[in-house]
Amino acid sequence: MSIVGRVHSVQSLGTVDGPGIRFVVFLQGCNLRCKCCHNPDTWDMNGGKECTAEEIAEKASRYKEYFGSEGGITLSGGEPLLQADFAREIFRLCHEKGINTCLDTSGCIMNDPVKALLGETDRVLLDIKYTDYELYRENVGCSMAKPLEFLGYLNEKKIPVTLRQVIIPTLNDSEENIGRLREIAESNLCVEKTELLAFRKICQTKYDEMQIPFPFAHLPTPTSETMDKLNKLL
Amino acid sequence: MKHENWNGFIEGVWQDEINVRDFIQTNFKEYYGDASFLAGATPRTNALMEKVQALFALERQKGGVLDIDTDTVSSLTSYAPGYIDKDNELIVGMQTDSPLKRGVNPFGGIRMARQACEAYGYKLSDKVEQEFLYRTTHNSGVFRAYTDEMRLARKCHVITGLPDAYGRGRIIGDYRRVALYGVDRLIEEKKKDKAKLADGAFNTETIRLDEELFQQIAFLGYMKEMAAMYGCDISSPAANAKEAIQWTYFAYLASIKEQNGAAMSLGRVSSFFDIYIERDIANGVLTEEGAQELMDDFVIKLRIARHLRTPEYNELFGGDPMWITEAVGGMGEDGRTLVTKNSFRMLNTLYTLGSSPEPNLTVLWSTALPANFKKFCAKVSADTDSIQYENDDLMRPDYGDDYAIACCVSAMKVGKQMQFFGARCNLAKLLLIAINGGYDTTSGIHIGPQMNIMDGDKLDYDAVMRRYMIYISWLSHLYVNTMNVIHYMHDKYAYEKTQMALHDTDVHRFMAFGVAGLSVVADSLSAIRYADVRPIKDENGFVVDFETTGDFPKFGNDDDRVDSIAKEMTHTVITELRKNQTYRNAEHTLSVLTITSNVMYGKNTGATPDERKAGAPFAPGANPMHNREENGALASLNSITKLSYADCRDGISNTFSITPEALGKTEDERIDNLVGILDGYFSKMAHHINVNVLNRETLMKAYEKPEDYPNLTIRVSGYAVNFNKLSREQQREVISRTFHECI
Repeated sequence: MSIVGRVHSVQSLGTVDGPGIRFVVFLQGCNLRCKCCHNPDTWDMNGGKECTAEEIAEKASRYKEYFGSEGGITLSGGEPLLQADFAREIFRLCHEKGINTCLDTSGCIMNDPVKALLGETDRVLLDIKYTDYELYRENVGCSMAKPLEFLGYLNEKKIPVTLRQVIIPTLNDSEENIGRLREIAESNLCVEKTELLAFRKICQTKYDEMQIPFPFAHLPTPTSETMDKLNKLL
Repeated sequence: MKHENWNGFIEGVWQDEINVRDFIQTNFKEYYGDASFLAGATPRTNALMEKVQALFALERQKGGVLDIDTDTVSSLTSYAPGYIDKDNELIVGMQTDSPLKRGVNPFGGIRMARQACEAYGYKLSDKVEQEFLYRTTHNSGVFRAYTDEMRLARKCHVITGLPDAYGRGRIIGDYRRVALYGVDRLIEEKKKDKAKLADGAFNTETIRLDEELFQQIAFLGYMKEMAAMYGCDISSPAANAKEAIQWTYFAYLASIKEQNGAAMSLGRVSSFFDIYIERDIANGVLTEEGAQELMDDFVIKLRIARHLRTPEYNELFGGDPMWITEAVGGMGEDGRTLVTKNSFRMLNTLYTLGSSPEPNLTVLWSTALPANFKKFCAKVSADTDSIQYENDDLMRPDYGDDYAIACCVSAMKVGKQMQFFGARCNLAKLLLIAINGGYDTTSGIHIGPQMNIMDGDKLDYDAVMRRYMIYISWLSHLYVNTMNVIHYMHDKYAYEKTQMALHDTDVHRFMAFGVAGLSVVADSLSAIRYADVRPIKDENGFVVDFETTGDFPKFGNDDDRVDSIAKEMTHTVITELRKNQTYRNAEHTLSVLTITSNVMYGKNTGATPDERKAGAPFAPGANPMHNREENGALASLNSITKLSYADCRDGISNTFSITPEALGKTEDERIDNLVGILDGYFSKMAHHINVNVLNRETLMKAYEKPEDYPNLTIRVSGYAVNFNKLSREQQREVISRTFHECI
């Protein structure tokens, strides 16, 4: 029987969520409430549209010609780990079709279905939101131990990882933070690359539409100089 | 046959017959390396280009036309030689006696020439008026034969842009023949062809051809005279690269002096020139810098080519284009790439001389092209927004490996095939005429089969389709007949003597029809099928609007339910067209291409069931309607790949705009991803794509302050324009198009 999941939307041309050209599927539902979240419309576990794994894999296969040697499918969200069975089935079907699989996650959930999903995952984009336990707890809503434990598992399974972090001025735009991020990367051989993403506020319109406050509306976005400076420290 | 100017070339059948392809195949040297060998602009080139830029600025200040010679009828030898800077030009020759000064060419129609002069504050001289007083032009010939119904179809804009008052263009002379063989040999061969006609029966066909050959031979003679005015003897083959480029340019120049055709395309000269350049470099008489200089000078000449047009013409074909289309790259039938170093040099002119809409650089893309060339193309695209791409793997099976592109997307074997250009019919308007039983609400004209108006609370898909088919069939008949009149008269009164002299005598003809509003019709029919569409009537009972409730699949989302409607529509139209016999037994072809006329077509079309408002622009070419794409760029491309090239052999145009951020984070990533997109799109058998890598904000700034962006070039629909040469309306439409962004 086919596995059904909830999907927020798809983007047929993804060039920033994993290597090469990627078909990006944003899954619906998130367990976290990060204050910097730019997709609040993906939080609701009951939102989005119902799809079968076959439908998603079939759609992805329509873009195979564009993927080249690097590209493929990326599951993002929301938090894809919340629908681990559905995600695993999509990846399994994609692998049958010869499509590379990439998972974009916060890494805050670890259980058997997640382990099975990782068995079908070619790369993980792991969003380490902060490198400080307090900041993490305060602005994400769970313990930083979880993503670190997740990373440990990826390391054990030798799954290639791209470490990612959104740079938010006043919170994590410091050299110390980048130093700690480097330490995390260097102590896990599975980490091939670290990417810093600039905090952006174009999501304000989504919060407005949902009539809820954007918790980080007051924070500035980083300058390109700051981003360049921090990138050099990596 | 041998000639001393051919020394160093590998011998072949090209010596014994007119066969440029064989010369290329026997002698060209493919290039797999990267762009690092390229030279920049020399101080001489920069100085010359500065003069040209100053002239461009002056032309802009004067409202788009620098000067008009109202006393002289444009022809090969009617003007004294003209120069930008005589002592510093490597390649010479000008349309009139001064750069950017436009000549008048009344052969297409004297009224058009008169109005064009008046539009820019000039008056066509009495001398020219007198000369044409008792002369039949193409335009007057056409209107003698037009039926009442043809006039009505034209008046209500269900068929628009027909070349009945201007030169039809879309013919590419094999300009390279002049360089390879010299004019004397070409005359000799044409005389042989003419003599051979005497062996057969003399009927309408042969007598017409016999007279045409007479004219071709005469104009080859004038071409020699024209070159002699510039101190060049082109009777013999070119002896070196400079002469090869110069001779070829003279042949092109002669054509644009004789004809003001809508699209005056160049063909496929880059890799042909490369053979001469390689020979000169091997002989130690040319350096890389010198080779680039020659190409730069040639391209400068192409950039200052101009035709005199009326404002109404500009409304259809915005930006003052000539469509000097040059096909670059592609693969040979034997699997060797046709990319040479000179393919790189041609693209490099966008750096040495700056970005520009002309020449209309068209890369013939194959997934098998050398990786370095692909990357260079992608880089040039991202930097200049001046290149378009067409699928060599799709066209080569039909056209071999020595074809070129006329205008935007029309493939033809160089010197062996030509086309009768036929603008396009408005499919969306036709749907509304069908629903109203033969009445066009926009113009108030009754046209086509007269039937009852479709009513009821909800339009029924099957009933609408049955009705639409009747009107498609009716219009196809009318469209073919109208084209037959136009091209009969064009051959009779404005025959392209120079260009046809550079074709084989036994030439294959296409008749190129077109459709506008494909995505509007696909979405409208989808709405009728999948949502509820209630017709809204005016006081006279005509349907003037629609109330559409419910969602429906929209073209551009990779949704087969609606994409198949678009595909089926083009298949139906070409099938119906083919049922009607063409003038000179031309082969029917169909394009999905609008140039910038999508704005004008929209203006003349009422509200449609897809919720498009009355008068709103159509999407250009085969593009999905603006901002209806919900699944991103590749889904939009995939929808277009489903249109069949077999049905649309005259081309399927798609304009694609993407922000740099959406293409990737670093320049290297952007280049790789653009290559990936092109490889993917074309391996799905798509035909054409215009690539713009830019932000909407840039265009909005250019809209507000055009003077700050004099050279902003963007691809529109099969060609490129200076953004500030578009009308305000066309600019707004371009800004409103979908830009694929990074979310």
